Amino acid sequence: MKVSDLIEQLNLEVISGEKGLDREVTGAYVSDLLSDVMGNARESQMWITLQVHQNVMAIASLKDLAAVILVKGLRPHESTIRHSNDEQIPILSTTDSTFEISGKLFELLKKEGCLA
Amino acid sequence: MNLEFEIAGGDFTKAGYASSQVKKMLKQLGVEAHCIKNIVIALYEAEVNVVAHAYEGQILVHIESDKITTKIIDKGPGIPDIEQAMQEGYSTASKKVREMGFGAGMGLPNIKKNTDKLQIQSKVDEGTTVEMVNYF
Repeated sequence: MKVSDLIEQLNLEVISGEKGLDREVTGAYVSDLLSDVMGNARESQMWITLQVHQNVMAIASLKDLAAVILVKGLRPHESTIRHSNDEQIPILSTTDSTFEISGKLFELLKKEGCLA
Repeated sequence: MNLEFEIAGGDFTKAGYASSQVKKMLKQLGVEAHCIKNIVIALYEAEVNVVAHAYEGQILVHIESDKITTKIIDKGPGIPDIEQAMQEGYSTASKKVREMGFGAGMGLPNIKKNTDKLQIQSKVDEGTTVEMVNYF
């Protein structure tokens, strides 16, 4: 599955990084602790978080993540958006809580056989 | 091959720059992907430690045919008890740093897990030097 496939099915808003929408997704990691993501997230995973500052994109890029989903309608900082466009890693937004979007994403990836 | 980077304490906007450059370089050199991932995790955490705790720092990277040696030298408050600092969950990070999602006491443990050799030397009120070696 590609990031673009998830957008329609989970009703996500694309905020930035449109050039990365064809990245493949192999799972997701949910955490707001950056060292936790740095140490444990894997390549091509989605990252669900409430952190909106630009270090999120530094980590997403270093870890080759597929995209970042911001929960509860949170908006990224301008610098985060710039970084997302530069690195071509999309930032997506949902009005769902972390719990809701994680459940939906898990179900969808499982159904499609996309959990690595 | 040698690379050198400067780190400014407190400036989170640049945290990750050195890690990103080293990652690109190792990719170009054809180093195995798993090995690059480990180095990137360790170096990023070391960078963030300098930004979060020290006044300024310097990263010296030395790449040889079989290994990469990274030295992170900072001027800062130093670490009074290194053994305690190595414990998962122990952190002295400020409230501001914690609110950003850093300072969970996972940085040094992440470095240890992802390096083959790790040496930390520190003097209180002077600074800390971290030396990491990863074999390809």
